[in-house]
Amino acid sequence: MSATLQDILTQALQALANAQDLNQLDEVRVHYLGKKGIFTLQMKQLAQLEPEQRRAAGQIINQAKNEFQENIEARKQALQQTALAARLANERIDVTLPGRGQGVAGLHPVTLTLRRIATIFASVGFQVVEGPEIEDDYHNFGALNIPDHHPARAMHDTFYFDAHTVLRTHTSPVQIRVMETEKPPLKVIAPGRVYRCDSDLTHTPMFHQVEGFLVDTEVSFADLKGVVYEFLRAFFEKDIQVRFRPSYFPFTEPSAEVDIECVMCDGQGCRVCGQSGWLEVMGCGMIHPEVFKSVAIDDEVFSGFAFGMGVERLAMLRYGINDLRLFFENDLKFLQQFN
Amino acid sequence: MQISEAWLRELINPAIATTELVEQLTMAGLEVDSVTPAAAEFSGVVVGEVLAVTQHPDADRLRVCSVGTGDAAPLQIVCGASNVRVGLKIPAALVGALLPGNFKIKKSKLRGVESFGMLCSEQELGLAGTAEGLMELAADAPVGRDIRDYLSLNDAIIEVDLTPNRADCLSVEGIAREIAVLNRMDYRPISVEPTVPGHDDSLAVTVSATEACPRYLGRLIKGVNNQAQTPLWLQERLRRSGLRSLSPVVDVTNYVLLEMGQPLHAFDAAKLTGGIQVRRSRKDEKLNLLNDQTLTLDGDALVIADERQALALAGVMGGSDSAVADATQDIFLECAFFSPATMMGVARRFGLHTDSSHRFERGVDPFLQKRALERATQLILDIAGGSAGPVAEVLTEAEIPQRKAVLLRLQRIKKILAVSLPAEQITAIFQRLGMAVETQTEGWLVTPPGFRFDIAIEADLIEELARIHGYNKLPQSSLLMRSELSKAPEALLDIERAKDLLVDKGYQEAITYSFVDEALQTAVAPNDLFIKLQNPISSELAVMRTTLWCGLLQAALHNTHRQHSRVRLFEAGMRFVREEGITHQQKMLAGLALGGAYPEQWGESSRRLDFFDIKADVEALFALTGTPVRFEAALHPALHPGQSARINTPTGDKVGWLGMLHPSLEKQLGFDTNVFLFELDQALLLQKQIPSFNPLSRFPSVRRDMALLVDENVSADAIVDCIKSCGEQALRDVLIFDVYRGPGVDPGIKSIALGLVLQDFSQTLTDSQIDAIFTRVLAALAAKTHAKLRD
Ligand SMILES: [Zn+2]
Repeated sequence: MSATLQDILTQALQALANAQDLNQLDEVRVHYLGKKGIFTLQMKQLAQLEPEQRRAAGQIINQAKNEFQENIEARKQALQQTALAARLANERIDVTLPGRGQGVAGLHPVTLTLRRIATIFASVGFQVVEGPEIEDDYHNFGALNIPDHHPARAMHDTFYFDAHTVLRTHTSPVQIRVMETEKPPLKVIAPGRVYRCDSDLTHTPMFHQVEGFLVDTEVSFADLKGVVYEFLRAFFEKDIQVRFRPSYFPFTEPSAEVDIECVMCDGQGCRVCGQSGWLEVMGCGMIHPEVFKSVAIDDEVFSGFAFGMGVERLAMLRYGINDLRLFFENDLKFLQQFN
Repeated sequence: MQISEAWLRELINPAIATTELVEQLTMAGLEVDSVTPAAAEFSGVVVGEVLAVTQHPDADRLRVCSVGTGDAAPLQIVCGASNVRVGLKIPAALVGALLPGNFKIKKSKLRGVESFGMLCSEQELGLAGTAEGLMELAADAPVGRDIRDYLSLNDAIIEVDLTPNRADCLSVEGIAREIAVLNRMDYRPISVEPTVPGHDDSLAVTVSATEACPRYLGRLIKGVNNQAQTPLWLQERLRRSGLRSLSPVVDVTNYVLLEMGQPLHAFDAAKLTGGIQVRRSRKDEKLNLLNDQTLTLDGDALVIADERQALALAGVMGGSDSAVADATQDIFLECAFFSPATMMGVARRFGLHTDSSHRFERGVDPFLQKRALERATQLILDIAGGSAGPVAEVLTEAEIPQRKAVLLRLQRIKKILAVSLPAEQITAIFQRLGMAVETQTEGWLVTPPGFRFDIAIEADLIEELARIHGYNKLPQSSLLMRSELSKAPEALLDIERAKDLLVDKGYQEAITYSFVDEALQTAVAPNDLFIKLQNPISSELAVMRTTLWCGLLQAALHNTHRQHSRVRLFEAGMRFVREEGITHQQKMLAGLALGGAYPEQWGESSRRLDFFDIKADVEALFALTGTPVRFEAALHPALHPGQSARINTPTGDKVGWLGMLHPSLEKQLGFDTNVFLFELDQALLLQKQIPSFNPLSRFPSVRRDMALLVDENVSADAIVDCIKSCGEQALRDVLIFDVYRGPGVDPGIKSIALGLVLQDFSQTLTDSQIDAIFTRVLAALAAKTHAKLRD
């Protein structure tokens, strides 16, 4: 390599080293390799040489040019790395700052509980049916084997609009409404608001119930026990003890109250269960022949069971809520605990 | 009902502890609510006898007594009670005794005189809330006996919560009978010897309402001393059942009511005129009751009367005009069976719920009256003396409820209970329950005893069988029953999906009462007809809401009053609107929002919520179903007249409302910020189109923008509708991307910037085709809305 060419290469490499960004690098490239670049001119000057010299000189220039180009590539990568590193450093944020946007709220604990109940029963084919909240006394009482003046009516503190129109005191009228229009087999749950003329620490004039019933040709008390037992274990996600106690509802017979082992103290006895270790969670029974009679279903062919539970009660046990009245105050501090 | 355990065990005494006894009752359907000690804890108190009383030398109010306590030497005890006297038997707390409240008795000196114990009142023993003087024990009380033994204070009060069908257990005998069945023991009813009449006098009894009173018994007892002392044991049993001792005659009738479940009533015979009549009341007949209330009866109430007037509301309450008093000497003791059908609803109608009405309306054993009357007679004679006359009985045999034999089929037991019990076990259970059992080919013919009003059909017998056998011993099947695939209606959106969307948009779900304050209801929806409750719990919860806004506004206020400046709530529930005589129960979905458009956050300047923020949320709900609803400016009394929209379906059905709370209502209700509301009819909101596929165009789409100048009162909808109605096949979409007023645009005019998205199914649109569409659209706009292209 001639001394001149060596100098050119040295200067060119120096210029590369001096380039501080990709623009400068490109300027250096053009300066040496552009149409009028120094290496380009060197190649053009070859034409003035003798052919035999031209070949050797050409090789030498190409060698220098290649070396230069390799260095451009290397320098380019180095500069890109530096630029990226600088950008990354520059774009650093505090990832612990909160995100922005609308934010998500939540459902009422009664709805959460109703959904759990519905999901569990839907998994074995129960249909959800709702009924009117203003009911006639026939559907709320008469058809359910609670005639006028029956002492059982006194157990329901009923809100009246007139002598025959009431706010439903339970979700059981939905049983009647379904059986009036559909024929067995029936597998239904009926959630909804119910009303009792009662208001104190442990009663609100409105609350929620879920009624469930099943009617088919071969339905026994054993099936009722099985469904209730499995439901309660599914609902509380616990292998709790369940017991059935004889009780009385005019629209079922045999009738039972269902107790579960107290979920607060695991049956050891506490304030919530009144030291008994048991909690009453629902009422149930085999559908009474008089009820079948009022909807013209032949109770010699069909049998069925029904159950009813208080949703607030289950929500309180599930989520540890200790004051019933909180459910309808709609205080955000309460509601947001279930988000 | 509450009863003494000791009393119960006197009738039936299985060898089981209290806890087990109580568990048995509960698990047999006689739910025990509580078990409480009959007396507070105390010890070291015995029956004492006052042998001598001398005045304390230094204190006027104190006496120094010599008290025999069964030990060799009498004790000297200083006492301040005024009723202390020689010969009196009293509870004496000895030195070392521990009284309720952890009060320890020590040897002490009172004003210099030594005292070796304390004479006690009922209050000091925790037997009464207050007491005047010492507790006076019977003259035959054994001196030195521990007072807890003597008064049977080591007893528990068992409170049983009976269901309305088990009237037969509304007595100590009834519960004892049940315990006998559960423990396979024999129960023998309390045996009562008829009293030999001491005189022949009687009152004539006529029963005209025989269907209501099939059996009426009565007798005259002459010469009683109603000021005699009711024995302590009887007083104690009454007390443990929650009744106060009043006078011997009344105490005995109460006692027999508790013991046998038979209500009785005693009239002062001297206050009666002529014979006794059991009849329906006369219209507007007056009756002065024992509780000082005067009833004006209709022509339908069953009364006990003499020749002159109504004396008692039969089976409910006696009258004051014929009531026994201290001076009473002759009584007419009544013991009747009033039919449940007659009694049902009477107590409620008159607001007079008594122990007597409670039992009669549920059913008293129609064969019990004779035994109960003799029992009461015996007790009255024992306590108050006197002489009983013959029993007058008026019986209408045909009206006595007959317990019919009920057929119980083996096959039904299997069907309902899914259990096969041996025949001997089944018959044994019914026999223990006092039922007559007769074997049939299919099963058994079972006849219940008179006191079981609740056994009338086969299902009743199956329940009894299950109950006595034990519900928890009956089989339990594991799921499943017959299963079908569930229906999945796709053309109906699940309301839960809509609720989830609102939750995801920051709305918290609320549940508010369906009944609201009438003033609020009227303020929010003055044009809606609402219905009122006849018996509201309070005026704040008195009328049925016609809009969910009532509750949401109150809930929002509850929270703004508690330092929440941003509130977003929704509720799903029914509203109740009266239209043309019919109350419509409509499921609605409503929302409320106030405060910032977004939660307070860094890096964004805060902005108040406006109409279009809420509109976007409502539009999102309709996007779930794909229903192209339309928002139409309309007036709603609760909403700002310039910021309210009625929401309609494409076919014109009214889905609901959206808008800003009217500023005057905002102020009236106490808000200090704008409130936005929406309410939608769920039935219309949730209707969904099942998606149907449209082929895709393979050709490119182009967008052309235009800025239009239109009059202020031309709505965005009018412009978009006009463009869409041009019938351009290639028009895919129209979007508004700017609205401008201000410099460069004349007042009263607005500039609306639109983008037209064009795409053809058969070709790539050429510039000239696009220009032609543009020109046609502009011409239509100019014609219909006077829009001009902005330069
Ligand atoms: Zn507990």
